[in-house]
Amino acid sequence: MSQNTKNYYLPGPSFWPLIASISLFLLAGGFTMVLNKIAMGTPLMIAGGLALAYLLFGWFKEVIGESVGKLYNQQVDKSFRWGMGWFIFSEVMFFFGFFGALFYTRSVSLPWLADAQLLWPGFAATWPSAGPGLTEAFTPMGPWGLPAINTLLLLTSGATLTWAHWGLMKDNRKQLTIGLILTIALGVLFLYLQMHEYAEAGFTIKTGIYGATFYMLTGFHGLHVTMGAIMLSIILFRVLKGHFNAHDHFGFEAVAWYWHFVDVVWLFLFIFVYWL
Amino acid sequence: MSTTTATHHDDHAHDSHGHPTGLMRWVKSTNHKDIGTMYLWFSFAMFLFAGAMAMGIRAELFQPGLQFVQPETFNQLTTLHGLIMIFGAIMPAFVGFANWQVPLMIGAPDMAFPRLNNMSFWLLIPAAILLIASIFVPGGAVAGGWTMYPPLSVQGGMSVDMSVFALHILGVSSIVGSINIITTIFNMRAPGMTLMKMPMFVWTWLITAYLLIAAMPVLAGALTMLITDRHFGTHFFNAAGGGDPVLFQHVFWFFGHPEVYIMILPAFGILSTIIPTFARKPLFGYASMVYATAAIAVLSFVVWAHHMFTTGMPVAGQLFFMYSTMLISVPTGVKVFNWLATMWKGSMTFETPMLFSIAVVFLFTIGGFSGLVCAILPVDIQLQDTYYVVAHFHYVLFSGAAMAIMGGVYYWLPKWTGHMYDEKLGKWHFWLTTIAFNVTFFPMHFTGLAGMPRRIPDYSQQFAEFNMISSLGAFALGLSQLLFLYVVIKCIRGGEKATNQVWEGAHGLEWTVASPAPFHTFETPPQVK
Repeated sequence: MSQNTKNYYLPGPSFWPLIASISLFLLAGGFTMVLNKIAMGTPLMIAGGLALAYLLFGWFKEVIGESVGKLYNQQVDKSFRWGMGWFIFSEVMFFFGFFGALFYTRSVSLPWLADAQLLWPGFAATWPSAGPGLTEAFTPMGPWGLPAINTLLLLTSGATLTWAHWGLMKDNRKQLTIGLILTIALGVLFLYLQMHEYAEAGFTIKTGIYGATFYMLTGFHGLHVTMGAIMLSIILFRVLKGHFNAHDHFGFEAVAWYWHFVDVVWLFLFIFVYWL
Repeated sequence: MSTTTATHHDDHAHDSHGHPTGLMRWVKSTNHKDIGTMYLWFSFAMFLFAGAMAMGIRAELFQPGLQFVQPETFNQLTTLHGLIMIFGAIMPAFVGFANWQVPLMIGAPDMAFPRLNNMSFWLLIPAAILLIASIFVPGGAVAGGWTMYPPLSVQGGMSVDMSVFALHILGVSSIVGSINIITTIFNMRAPGMTLMKMPMFVWTWLITAYLLIAAMPVLAGALTMLITDRHFGTHFFNAAGGGDPVLFQHVFWFFGHPEVYIMILPAFGILSTIIPTFARKPLFGYASMVYATAAIAVLSFVVWAHHMFTTGMPVAGQLFFMYSTMLISVPTGVKVFNWLATMWKGSMTFETPMLFSIAVVFLFTIGGFSGLVCAILPVDIQLQDTYYVVAHFHYVLFSGAAMAIMGGVYYWLPKWTGHMYDEKLGKWHFWLTTIAFNVTFFPMHFTGLAGMPRRIPDYSQQFAEFNMISSLGAFALGLSQLLFLYVVIKCIRGGEKATNQVWEGAHGLEWTVASPAPFHTFETPPQVK
């Protein structure tokens, strides 16, 4: 530590924070307007989205430039590890909130609704349930069709990513590249099948608490897979440009951590949303 | 990699280039001191804004009957007062302290991620704009209370969406800021500063940061469900679809209870810094203080449903949450005991920061005890949604958090500005604040016990005297904060030159650098013995 402490990297003044602020303001304000049917909303959201894309592209470009320019040291590397680790923890807590809603509904609020016979006589607490007030029939999603295939796809993608990592550690760039391409392909295939599943599903997000928890949990997971696939693609691009070496590749590892996190969330989804 | 860093040592360019001046100094800042200053000023502006709303509330309650505002407006005032004080005033103030003090206290040159640090600050601005602008949209601001319970919040107008997105943005800001603080504390400490040598303020912020990254994402989840229930036809909080409005309360308070410790643990850290300085004794029971803080943090995640004793829960659940809530008084008692023991036989002087700290120990303890009263299940069923609860949380949040912030400002102001503040005016501010605060909120214990409901603009005749006293106290409390503003501005503009150590009994790395603290400090880390 003592050897490196003299070399803290302190970045110079930066415009990116302000652009982050403006883009989120446009997105939040625009989305509010869209939700409340104010015509200005859509252009504001588009502007916000473009600003956000510019921000992410520009800021990461700057950071990657600093990394490739060898401005970072062990100390900074360690900071990135701490930062990414606790970022993933905060994501875990985000999903925890939705899983909590699912467990609460299934084990508390539905049985109570069934017990309160005055409200909806004859309502029985079964799962899946769209609640006592909605009467249209729906077909719930079983676990052993597409969801099981998707589980296999994601688990395999975790393995191919680790294989790519081994390639990087051994300086085998070909193994690294092939592993990454396989991982991204599996991720994209997963997303395609997930969209197919949505299109074929016998219920919507409006189908009571079952539809709400199903689409909220799988939807946010799908969003995270999308982000993970984009991040992996950027890593692949960087690999093709010759970035990373056997000792110095936290960018790769951070994305790998994220991918494995998304994998684990899926396993919980498969068990509690599709299966049990 | 370490070999390359040596050659590129000179590339750490911004020193030689200098830094931008004028507005750009603040907009593009990557300096923890400038960002801390922005946080503190933002917080003070929000404090005055939400305080002005409180003046509106107290003006309406000065007499029974409707005087100045319609009931809808009154509800908007109470709701926005709560939201802005919590998310705009108290939390950013503590982050401001963390920015200024944590790197100075651990001997780091800056925060671990200086650019993200500035982003955390600049995200506060759109959130504040959304919250304040929501007053002017059709239907007015959110009016269902700061907790935004459904079904009211599902039925509310456009302002609910604006407030929800404001809180989403604030959540991003808090999570990014907390990750930054955790990383800074774990990875940027000067050589020799082991965890158990860290100043208590750093410890409390480390634990607070963990509370934030665990609690804020859960709030984001609850708010997201609210938005989809409002606009996308989900039934999370609608019993007809198998959902439950109480589900929101569970998810919200799973965030909300850790949130109250997020607002008090850094205050404990400030007290644990100020009291040893003016008692001229080391903090009594440092290790027990660390463990007590951690214990409070852990317990804060298993007590949330004590906010919901009257919303329907099995008796076993009610009993569990009653006992777990009472358990929190054990580590809190350890802290109060340690502060008293620190003062015991100390060589005490009573400068303004110390006055604030002693007042906080005393008044926060009152708030703690009334919290214990509220934790008792059968009593709480009487007290739920009365002014007793209002008295309780203002004793912990104003005379706990806000007054600790004021004490901290007086304590570190000489280090920040290089000048001593006006001690005489500081003492005036202290006494006016403390007396006016108690005049405002102490009577609410009585009106609450007598059954006066909160969040209602009118009340029956028998509460008239106490409410008039409360309102007079509130106006005095509001006005005395303008004196605070004057003292701070006066101190920035000039005054007696502060020494490096500032206070005779002050110890720690931050007192080894010049006053005012230079733009860059500890670029070469100090060696801690």
